[in-house]
Amino acid sequence: MQWETVIGLEVHVQLATKSKIFSGASTTFGAAPNTQACAIDLAMPGTLPVVNEQALRYAIMFGLAINAEINQRSVFDRKNYFYPDLPKGYQTTQLDHPIVGPGVVEIPLSDGSHKSVRIHHAHLEEDAGKSLHDDFHGMSGIDLNRAGTPLIEIVSEPDMRNAEEAIAFAKKLHAIVTSLGISDGEMAQGSMRFDVNVSVRPKGQNEYGTRTETKNLNSFRFMEKAIALEVARQIDLIEDGGSVKQETRLYNGDTGEARSMRSKEEANDYRYFPCPDLLPVEIDDAVIQELRDNLPELPDAKAARFIARYGLSDYDAELLSSDRATAEYYETVVKACDDSKLAANWVSGELSARLNADETSIAHSPVTAPQLAGLIVRIKDNTISGKIAKQVFEAMWNREGDADTIIESKGLKQMSDSGELEAIVDQVLADNPDVVEQYRAADDKKRKKLLGGFMGPIMKATKGQANPGMVNQILVKKLNT
Amino acid sequence: MAIDKAEIEKIAILSRLKISDQEASELSDRLGDILAMVDTMQAVDTSGIEPMANPLDASQRLRADTVTETDQRERFQQIAPATEDGLYLVPKVIE
Repeated sequence: MQWETVIGLEVHVQLATKSKIFSGASTTFGAAPNTQACAIDLAMPGTLPVVNEQALRYAIMFGLAINAEINQRSVFDRKNYFYPDLPKGYQTTQLDHPIVGPGVVEIPLSDGSHKSVRIHHAHLEEDAGKSLHDDFHGMSGIDLNRAGTPLIEIVSEPDMRNAEEAIAFAKKLHAIVTSLGISDGEMAQGSMRFDVNVSVRPKGQNEYGTRTETKNLNSFRFMEKAIALEVARQIDLIEDGGSVKQETRLYNGDTGEARSMRSKEEANDYRYFPCPDLLPVEIDDAVIQELRDNLPELPDAKAARFIARYGLSDYDAELLSSDRATAEYYETVVKACDDSKLAANWVSGELSARLNADETSIAHSPVTAPQLAGLIVRIKDNTISGKIAKQVFEAMWNREGDADTIIESKGLKQMSDSGELEAIVDQVLADNPDVVEQYRAADDKKRKKLLGGFMGPIMKATKGQANPGMVNQILVKKLNT
Repeated sequence: MAIDKAEIEKIAILSRLKISDQEASELSDRLGDILAMVDTMQAVDTSGIEPMANPLDASQRLRADTVTETDQRERFQQIAPATEDGLYLVPKVIE
């Protein structure tokens, strides 16, 4: 049987506020445990939450970016469940009156087409703390620094039909929130977490199959793997005569396996009700208008500008506009080296490959934008070849200094002295008299190929430092006389 | 509206409260009384009336996004049953 996959996403995005959603405690990442958990975050008796205005503004900005309706009156509710990293015994969230109503996100597909994914709504809520399950004499450790960090939860409609679309959607959301500057988008620090709802149905069937939810995926790669795993599991289950049970599942990135967490019907009874500690939030037209007028450039507009202004391909433009840090890095490099194409090649090529390999983000790149520009300038003025540049980049990555320092200290300067190069060319030609004969007897097309054959030994003799353009000229001159 | 013992036990599990059989039947009666009062209120015709989120006819005051709290971990942890390395310790929880 032909199966169709149906995917919907719930995405948690940490907002880049300085303080928490309901208290004045700091949200800085990486502080010592519980040093940023104040009496309100700890749910001490007698405390009252007060809403952080910036968190509201950030949520509205997201809504405006996806052309959603902003609910000028929204209400906070309590979602009751017991877990030690949730000291209050409930999460303050929004259920029936979320701040952001239905909207749309356009995603690019690999065949060049686009697809619209509908957003059901997005609401504001607080994050929970963290449970550490290392062994503390048979107990668990609780760090509540993250408790009360503002989140928006973005809930999509089940509009995606395969993992590729789900990843494209997730990446687009990442691009939107980082472009808006409402989240740092640091996936490794948990700034964006994905819950994936997956079901399968026979192709052509209208009703949805029973879905499962795989929770808390924090990378695009894990998301892709978890979806593939779950789709295969559900199809196997049904084809073996069984049926899918509605449940929450956990994917383990280390082992690549998933397991059932709890079945929805037995545990989940959240007993939502409006939070009596918080009044309804009212938002003026003027605030929405002000935010709309000052909305930063969004990824699609940025990509279009990169194509028009820098002559980039669709692919490069999409990649370089995919998050704010990357776009800013790229534009800084272009400004300093005045070569948009070389800058694009380096940022989307060598740099992003190294960032991926080291699993770090551009914000933490050991090679800064001005440093990369410095390297590109030396390629452009023929001080070094593109090949040597990779060697210099490697040294820069290892924090050995800027391009000029490394070129100088390692003696990597391109050999452009024509006398010296001529002597080396002469030697190589003398060592290969038969190839020289072949060249002279060959037609233009073949000559080109044979010419390339001389480059190897010449580069070897100069440790790769010969200026390739000059060597080519000298070779042609010598072989044609 | 009556509330049976099974329902009481379910709520107790959700709240991680340990209650005895006797407490369960007492609670069943007392909560039943409360719900009977709710039943009376339910008799009022509320069609066409939008539910209120809060009895106060006011909207939420907002605060500026500034850090105003200082680290008071030592004080908070003095009253915690168990702590280590700055963490609160609780009975092991693994789902």
